[in-house]
Amino acid sequence: MTDLSSSPTQPAAPENSLLTLNKRTKARNAAERRFKAYGIAAISVGLIMLLVLVTTIVSRGTGAFQQTFVTLNVELLESKLDKSGQRNIEDIKKVTTFGYAPIVKSAMKETVNGLGLQTGLKSKELAGLLSKSAVAQLRAFVLANPEQIGKTVEFRFLAQSRVDGYLKGRVTRESIENDKNISPEQLDLVDALVAAGVIEKSFNLDFILGSDASDQRPEAAGMGVSMMGSLFMMLVVLALALPIGVAASIYLEEFAPKNWMTDVIEVNIANLAAVPSIVYGILGLAVFINYRHLPMSAPLVGGLVLTLMTLPTIIISTRASLKAVPPSIRDAALGVGASKMQSVFHHVLPLAAPGNLTGTIIGLAQALGETAPLLLIGMVGFIASNAPETLSEGLLSPNSAMPAQIYEWAKRADPAFYERAWGGIIILLLFLVTMNTVAVILRRRFERRW
Amino acid sequence: MSFVKLTASALTIAAATATAATARDQVQVAGSSTVLPYASIVAEAFGENFDFPTPVVESGGSSAGLKRFCEGVGENTIDVANASRRIKAKELAACADAGVTDIIEVRIGYDGIVFASDIKGNAFEFTPTDWFLALSNEIMVDGKMVANPNKTWADVNPAFPAQDIQAFIPGTKHGTREVFEDKVILAGCEATGAFEHLLAHAEGDSAKAQKKAAEKACISLRTDGVSVDIDGDYTETLARIESNKDGIGVFGLAFYENNTDKLQVATMSGIVPSTESIATGEYPVSRPLFFYVKKAHIGVIPGLKEYAEFFIADEVAGADGPLSEYGLVADPELNMTQEAVANETTMGGNS
Repeated sequence: MTDLSSSPTQPAAPENSLLTLNKRTKARNAAERRFKAYGIAAISVGLIMLLVLVTTIVSRGTGAFQQTFVTLNVELLESKLDKSGQRNIEDIKKVTTFGYAPIVKSAMKETVNGLGLQTGLKSKELAGLLSKSAVAQLRAFVLANPEQIGKTVEFRFLAQSRVDGYLKGRVTRESIENDKNISPEQLDLVDALVAAGVIEKSFNLDFILGSDASDQRPEAAGMGVSMMGSLFMMLVVLALALPIGVAASIYLEEFAPKNWMTDVIEVNIANLAAVPSIVYGILGLAVFINYRHLPMSAPLVGGLVLTLMTLPTIIISTRASLKAVPPSIRDAALGVGASKMQSVFHHVLPLAAPGNLTGTIIGLAQALGETAPLLLIGMVGFIASNAPETLSEGLLSPNSAMPAQIYEWAKRADPAFYERAWGGIIILLLFLVTMNTVAVILRRRFERRW
Repeated sequence: MSFVKLTASALTIAAATATAATARDQVQVAGSSTVLPYASIVAEAFGENFDFPTPVVESGGSSAGLKRFCEGVGENTIDVANASRRIKAKELAACADAGVTDIIEVRIGYDGIVFASDIKGNAFEFTPTDWFLALSNEIMVDGKMVANPNKTWADVNPAFPAQDIQAFIPGTKHGTREVFEDKVILAGCEATGAFEHLLAHAEGDSAKAQKKAAEKACISLRTDGVSVDIDGDYTETLARIESNKDGIGVFGLAFYENNTDKLQVATMSGIVPSTESIATGEYPVSRPLFFYVKKAHIGVIPGLKEYAEFFIADEVAGADGPLSEYGLVADPELNMTQEAVANETTMGGNS
């Protein structure tokens, strides 16, 4: 309250003017500016985090896509590989990979001698520059081409992980001081062989297409087979979660009476979407493996478990997109004599399809990146099977999944596996980004607003 | 495709594959993460050299593996359990209850446990006594058991630098933990005289029960954050040491040898751990590694016996084989193990 008589001579300036900002308005404007600044700061922090994450992943992981190879001429000695000389495949099979080791050793020695390089290394140390997978590669070649025995064939072997690390700068002469797997003399020879063009670094398709390898040969490990495992799991999820999820949401949204039972179901679906994924793994172990006796480590079981996990996501998003279709569409359809089912399947569902597809793709992307439930059904471990050839083999023979493979590599002793784990993350991220982009594009192109 | 058709066909596929899922044709292995690298090397070579599919090897710890092994007999259970310790009587009883009676025990060789810290940090020369004084819940001071007051390594042994005690030791589901308790903590407990003191004051009806109680008191470790249980693998221990340079971790010898650029190894009772010093028995902290095979699965799961025999073949587990190259200490009595596997001799002696 103002007392008008207190200052009669000086007329007070008007308290509120549109032209001059008073204190209160200034404070409000300042608050708004501050809030905007907070928002920008929050977004920048998020962007910086993303940038750090992406640069870390890319800088650590790109190395995995390149690999060091050693090109050697190998004489496939008949006296070692096929003593009888009959080219009988059963006899040739009897020579194990251990029997191929001397051949690799002498090939390496001849190459070094042929180049006129002086080295005090023993032949075992010479062969130590090569990956342990060389003998397996050689044996597989001989079994596939027995007619080549006795001839000299050029091979491109992988180099040992330390040699590979040396060329990539991960391994230095200082870091191998206490290392038993490689010596400075061996690195000297590597330098000479690189100069001679025998050792070279090039793109490694096997990292993308190959299978896992044991702890002794990180250089040979690849993502390909686990990618197939993920693919088959996603097929199972798509084939089961999409129809079941869509049917459930159509019924709940369009046909079901609204009573306490549907309310309970609705609340439970929302709750299930928030259940930790490991719980679905335990359920999968109990139901599919112990009760139904499905095979362990099989993508079919993984797919079933992930289906359970993805269902609530799909149901919730499908129901939301069904709800977004205006009632006038249904009324119009019913008005011209369509049955309830015709109105849903001919009019409502097609209009809700983009939202439904988006939800499915996002659910699949979530399932693709899931490791925890797979842990319990035996899909995390050393699973170095060959790429499956048929649908049933793909579903039933043991396999891993991309995130499980990454987890497995990150646990191993040799630091070379660490690089491959980051490389695996790049591949997995590419898949996830692609799937999410497809979801966004579908939504943009087909979504209708009323 | 119509919606109904899609659903129907999807359900048919699921039902068909569910019934078609009968014979498992690959060997299924689980257990110790210490044995995992060896088992994966063998599994890989097995897949390359035989017409059988490559076995699947999972890890998770010796106890977890043996627990799964003892769940029963049948294709939905594992065939082989890897363990970094011998199977316990309690586990054998659990196995027997579930119908897993004929078990073949296979010793593949020996493995050393090393203590390693950050390469740039202080070097240590430990004895079991040091570890007992650093980590035990109660130590003996002036003839009485008191709560462990030691904060730095210098408190434990004046010869050590004043570095905070921070130990990363394997969790209880690992077989390595048991070896650490038996060969290091318990040995230190006995050396300091605390064991005798505990034994004299132990409660129990019989001498055996008293000894058990005293041992249990010896190996109970402090819970004030100085000793951290690592339930994951050695990579987790390594990551902890990289983020806490004062940390000292317990590793397998093979893991250390792959990470010599990041870790320095401590000696134990004056001996540097290596495959040689473990083979001669000079380095005290070593233990045998095992795997266990269900005899009932031999002949049912193709390749199971061949896998077991291949694992301990001279060219694989012998002194020059790939396993000893990776860090396994070859078993001098390997030929006896080979014979036992060939005859399918089960535990308890009957074949």
